[in-house]
Amino acid sequence: MAILELENITKSFGQLKVADGISLVVPKGQALGIIGPNGAGKSTLFNLITGNLLPDAGTVKFEGRDVTRMPAMQRCFAGIGRSFQIPQPFDNLSVFENLLVAAMHGRNMDQRAVQDDCAMILEQTELLAVANRPAGGLSLLQRKRLEMARALATDPKLLLLDEIAGGLTDAECVALIDTIRAVHVRGVTIIWIEHVLHALNSVVERLLVLDFGKVIGVGQPDEIMKRQDVREIYLGIEV
Amino acid sequence: MAGMTRSSPYEVTTRTRASRITAVAAVALLALLVVLPLFAGRGLIQDMFFILTMLVLAQFWNLLAGYGGLVSIGQQAFVGMGAYAMFGGVILAGMDPIPAILLGGIAALIVAIPTAFFAFRLQGPYFAIGTWVIAEVMRLVMAQAKALGGGTGTSLPRTATREMWATEWIAGALDVRNSAARDILTYWLALALAAATIAAIYALLRSKRGLALSAVRDNPEAAKSVGVDAGRMKWFVFLTSAFGTGLAGALIYVQKARISPDAAFSVTDWTAYVLFIVIIGGIGTIEGPIIGVIVFFLLQSLLADYGSWYLFTLGIIGIVVMLVAPRGIWGLITERTGIQLFPVRRRLSGGSLKED
Repeated sequence: MAILELENITKSFGQLKVADGISLVVPKGQALGIIGPNGAGKSTLFNLITGNLLPDAGTVKFEGRDVTRMPAMQRCFAGIGRSFQIPQPFDNLSVFENLLVAAMHGRNMDQRAVQDDCAMILEQTELLAVANRPAGGLSLLQRKRLEMARALATDPKLLLLDEIAGGLTDAECVALIDTIRAVHVRGVTIIWIEHVLHALNSVVERLLVLDFGKVIGVGQPDEIMKRQDVREIYLGIEV
Repeated sequence: MAGMTRSSPYEVTTRTRASRITAVAAVALLALLVVLPLFAGRGLIQDMFFILTMLVLAQFWNLLAGYGGLVSIGQQAFVGMGAYAMFGGVILAGMDPIPAILLGGIAALIVAIPTAFFAFRLQGPYFAIGTWVIAEVMRLVMAQAKALGGGTGTSLPRTATREMWATEWIAGALDVRNSAARDILTYWLALALAAATIAAIYALLRSKRGLALSAVRDNPEAAKSVGVDAGRMKWFVFLTSAFGTGLAGALIYVQKARISPDAAFSVTDWTAYVLFIVIIGGIGTIEGPIIGVIVFFLLQSLLADYGSWYLFTLGIIGIVVMLVAPRGIWGLITERTGIQLFPVRRRLSGGSLKED
């Protein structure tokens, strides 16, 4: 069963087409990777899925329901969680409170009903030791982890990760991949935008290439990466 | 997942040792302030009235700007509308001034709805200027209200002030003159309003909605993506502040007993001073406005005779504090000592949590 269906999604900023007739079906439980050069429209695509942006044309369906015009907050209730490319923590709240606010509002529950779950997500994302620190003072790895932890706190069915491995050292990256894998194993559908290919390919089952707002190819990661046009566009390799 | 019944190794606490001491001290202070008119002179009661009403205005501006991120410089709109609604209730409808205070709060709440509708279309500095312009419009409109004195203003009728609720009883019980009894009554109301305001804001900040409010202030886009209704939070904070500011405005003008559009809608008296109080005390904290109002009162007592030099000094102090201690006097104190009198942060403990 498809959890997410995009049909002919189009979005322009002035003359610039950032999404140009994108169609995509994501089955429930899949881990899909998205690659493409800078400015290809990857983060825009996320904003269109989460409702932070509305498309000019086309439809977005989540679990079979048309959510094209639904505001971001409602889509969070429906089960779409996201991390931002540039971490956007609530700086003056503690790490634990960042998760609490997401869990209490995203699931519409009381603090008592979610606080243990938030503590467990902190364990899982290795943030427990800094639980009571203000989120504004975290290191880059911790901020990236917090992005994911906060999205998980809303108990999403679909998790969108935007360049969560970017800027991390190899060791940090490996630790983060383990966490993402554990989330995926739990049955959460994942769409992951990433430039760090080895990280991406160690988790995803399917890969989509985006360029100038268009889908260039989608399929098995190995096969996609072998394609000549993908290598030219994405890796800039002369042939 | 959620709804588990096993006993948890984790615990969440908000209270601190300092906050328990604060609670006891607050009750003691409140009791002392309630009985203050028994032994204090009329001048002190009037000063305390001024401090308490400015504290209420400061707490509500702080809720708006410090927690809601809505930097309004048009709060005089709600002081003025609250005051004029109270005057209208007394002069036009023959109400007693005390219940007419409630009318002031309601009137401010009602005018806040169209105000928010327009002002929320503006962001940051444009929002600030927009609220100011709307307040100016209200001042000009009230100057046309001939029944309430027009541009020159009017006074509460002598009969209304003399026969005001409870004044005769206070005059008899404390053996004071009618005018002193009126000051004591308005002082008690100001004390009740200030205590209720602080208690309500503290309860709000500790609630689910309060946590969402902090999230919206820090990052509205991210707040929306975790299911927080950022738009509704803005409305809630704006309307609540308007209601409280309107009540304070009406109460202030019951005590003054004389109103004019220029005074009731004064940007200096009801917004600039309030901003000064919150900023030097510490924005985004409950403690900040309390400290700020005390500093402001002391400065005013010391410098009131120097006219424009007084405003000049306030401005300089405001600028210096913003540059040297952007989190205000209370910010400096918490940085040094870690003390929080009104803690709102939820601390996780237990389980396998070991702090670095």
